[in-house]
Amino acid sequence: MELFPIRRDIPFTRHMLVLNLLSALTFVAAVFFLVTRGLNLSVEFTGGTVIEVAYDHSADLAEVRAVVAELGYTDVPVQHFGSAREVMMRLPLREGLSSGQQSEQVLAALRAHHPQVELRRTEFVGPQVGRELVENGLLALAFVIGGIMVYLAVRFEWKYAVAAIVANLHDVVIILGFFAFFQWEFSLAVLAAVLAVLGYSVNESVVIFDRIRETFRRQRKMTVRQVIDHAITSTMSRTIITHGSTEAMVLSMLLFGGPTLHYFALALTIGILFGIYSSVFVAAGVAMWLGIKREDLVKPTQKAAGGGDDPNAGAVV
Amino acid sequence: MNRYPWWKYAALVVVLVVAALYTLPNFFGEAPAVQVSSARAGQRLDDGVVVRVEQALTAAGLRAEAVQFDGQTLKARFDSTDAQIKARDAIERALNPDPAQPTHVVALNLLPRTPAWLQALHAQPMYLGLDLRGGVHFLLQVDMAAAVDKRLAALVGEVRTVLRDRGVRHGGVRREGSALIVRARDADTARAAADTLAREFPDLASTERADGAETLLVLTLRPEAVRRVQEQALKQNILTLHNRINELGVAEPVIQQQGLDRVVVQLPGVQDTAKAKDILGRTATLEVRMVDESPEGLAAERGDGPVPFGSERYPDRNGHAVIVKREVILTGENLTDAQAGFDSQTQEPVVNLTLDAKGARIFRDVTRDNVGRRMAILLFERGRGEVVTAPVIRTEIGGGRVQISGRMTTQEANDVALLLRAGSLAAPMEIVEERTVGPSLGADNIRMGFNSVVWGFAVVVAFMCVYYRLFGVISSVALAVNLMLLVAVLSMLQATLTLPGIAAMALTLGMAIDANVLINERVREELRNGSAPQTAIHKGYEMAWGTIVDSNLTSLLAGLALLTFGSGPVRGFAVVHCIGILTSMFSAVFFSRALVNLWYGRQRKLRWVSIGIAPPRADGQAR
Repeated sequence: MELFPIRRDIPFTRHMLVLNLLSALTFVAAVFFLVTRGLNLSVEFTGGTVIEVAYDHSADLAEVRAVVAELGYTDVPVQHFGSAREVMMRLPLREGLSSGQQSEQVLAALRAHHPQVELRRTEFVGPQVGRELVENGLLALAFVIGGIMVYLAVRFEWKYAVAAIVANLHDVVIILGFFAFFQWEFSLAVLAAVLAVLGYSVNESVVIFDRIRETFRRQRKMTVRQVIDHAITSTMSRTIITHGSTEAMVLSMLLFGGPTLHYFALALTIGILFGIYSSVFVAAGVAMWLGIKREDLVKPTQKAAGGGDDPNAGAVV
Repeated sequence: MNRYPWWKYAALVVVLVVAALYTLPNFFGEAPAVQVSSARAGQRLDDGVVVRVEQALTAAGLRAEAVQFDGQTLKARFDSTDAQIKARDAIERALNPDPAQPTHVVALNLLPRTPAWLQALHAQPMYLGLDLRGGVHFLLQVDMAAAVDKRLAALVGEVRTVLRDRGVRHGGVRREGSALIVRARDADTARAAADTLAREFPDLASTERADGAETLLVLTLRPEAVRRVQEQALKQNILTLHNRINELGVAEPVIQQQGLDRVVVQLPGVQDTAKAKDILGRTATLEVRMVDESPEGLAAERGDGPVPFGSERYPDRNGHAVIVKREVILTGENLTDAQAGFDSQTQEPVVNLTLDAKGARIFRDVTRDNVGRRMAILLFERGRGEVVTAPVIRTEIGGGRVQISGRMTTQEANDVALLLRAGSLAAPMEIVEERTVGPSLGADNIRMGFNSVVWGFAVVVAFMCVYYRLFGVISSVALAVNLMLLVAVLSMLQATLTLPGIAAMALTLGMAIDANVLINERVREELRNGSAPQTAIHKGYEMAWGTIVDSNLTSLLAGLALLTFGSGPVRGFAVVHCIGILTSMFSAVFFSRALVNLWYGRQRKLRWVSIGIAPPRADGQAR
């Protein structure tokens, strides 16, 4: 069985501008939503208390809200979590009240109405921890970007490193844009997913770059554009299958993993979908526009045929 | 060309057998158990405990499946929860005859049902995190500034004592911010004082400063001394936490230092979070000071006058005011133990304190000079001070064993002892992060995490087998081996498996198949280009290898960043992710190649391989 019985190279490079324009538009939209709406940061970053309780019947959110409001927490997000029986609420930090007192207070108030309320989970994060997490998250991001760039620059060339990073940061920004647009909760787990996507889609770019290098070596007559077309076409089957497999895993997480893994899986899903596209078209496109050349990767062992850095410097009178 | 030497197969078999052995314990499940440990942290149980526990069980008509004893804890496994609870009660009665003063912690626990021969190999099931087994997690921040502050406060008294003992005349010792100032009449006296102090207190650095006719000696703690004070404060707090948590009777508490000034406390299986928080959250510190018994002080105590300079007013437990001097004689740091008991002669309830060597020395000097006066023991909780007790000093007390007696009920003596013990934290702590997971949620998380791995795995395997035929089957076996290796490594390292860890497992498996897809596609390509099957296999693996290394290394880079900078759930994810990338390189390349070699490598005249594409027809079209 073959899904992609393609024998001729598809001229992707001809449409590179359109493809990248599309991607630029998505990127701008993502940045726009990130700036205007901002991320809906979880308690881990902002500090505060999350309480998750389970009822033995489907819970009435309005009632829970009323109980919580009686304690002075108005405008507190109270929502179903997973099923109609489970309720999750997020309380802001309050001066003078310790974490424990806060959750006990709420639980006691809820139990006063329904004695069967079961505490599923509480989570309290102090403000200084939240600040550290943000710092560490940014540090991790910087470390990954720096590490990957150095690695690619050594293994390939700086142009490839720049292209890969542009493509993959574009994925990251788009995931964040989705989270900002839908106001999905951005938690530590989502941050982990985002960073994993970063490593993952660099994978993809590396596979294509590897092919480009190999084609440069083998096909001495192809132009740069033809080389890129060939590299993308010949890895396409692998790209789709690999991402399909990973996506199958992630989708099963989304379907069976329950509410705790929901946003984590969602971030990965978006990341993988955009990862395919960006690492193939954006990374290859940027690399092309940065002017990658055969000479950058293939050591000129023969007497410098064509010579020089300028690809047009062939003709000599 | 597609043959492995025999030693490569041998190495593979060894790795697989070891991995299988260490994966095995995860399948046996857990049995209810009762765990016994000493109520005092760090103290070992004697061998007699085993006999006593067995006797107690026989007396109650119970039979344990297995009893393990490793010197620190005794664990008895039972076949049902019912038997477990009965056994707990029986053992509790046998080992702790006096419920008010438990000498042993008897806790319910779950023990893996791993057979003895596996346990002998140190094969254990994966260590489940709190989000999977339920429990409480706290992150406590130690107030280091307060620790240093307390040390300085105590130093004021010590410096004064030393100067007096050595006969150095000075015009007063006081604190100014983070420095101690010794006032001296002239430069010579100041130098003498500086010499004496340099000998007695190597932690202090001194500089001299002229102040009019007098000379001031400015003493500051050396940076390394500050660091030591902080380290000790942290250690002391961890020890105190151990003791407090023992009151809760938790089977496997985790109390660890995190970073320079934080302590992680994890209490698996604890449901009574309110009590846990109450016990941990007691941010109490203890101080011993003299009661101000000057006429002004006494007047202030009656409420007839202002509090004299140099003294402070604190309420005692009944709300009466007690005027105490500001100067701290001892802190909770010097108190090693406080127990309620009875006086051997009068049989009245007393509280016995034990002081460390330094505390004992200071206490002897202070009591010698202050016989007949009152001394107050204060407890500071969340910034508020309270006088726990203010006994009269009857005689000089040496040796560090102090008995507080007088008009107390047994209950009161117990309370005071508990409060004093609680107060021996070297520095106040604050809960900065807290996570509670109920047991039902933990079980749900395991089930859902497991389901997502299984379903994802099934889909990938089904697709691979259909698409790549035999090569797909081989890839799938390699993927299964990868999963086994991953579980084996996690079990061996006893790394904590959390829900994000399970997610990482699923994700890593999804990504691991990439290596096999790369290889299989390469082999197909070589076949299409007209290579002979054996050459195609060889070249396919060879050419894919570079790409696999590159792509896995970049993923590993991201994983390591998460491991370095992440905390909590992110770390749990990163650990599994990194290990998974390493095991996948092994299984996807080395192991799958071995299978391919075993199957095809021996066939001299190999016509074609089963990889999902048909052999080329005569016209050269590969369809």
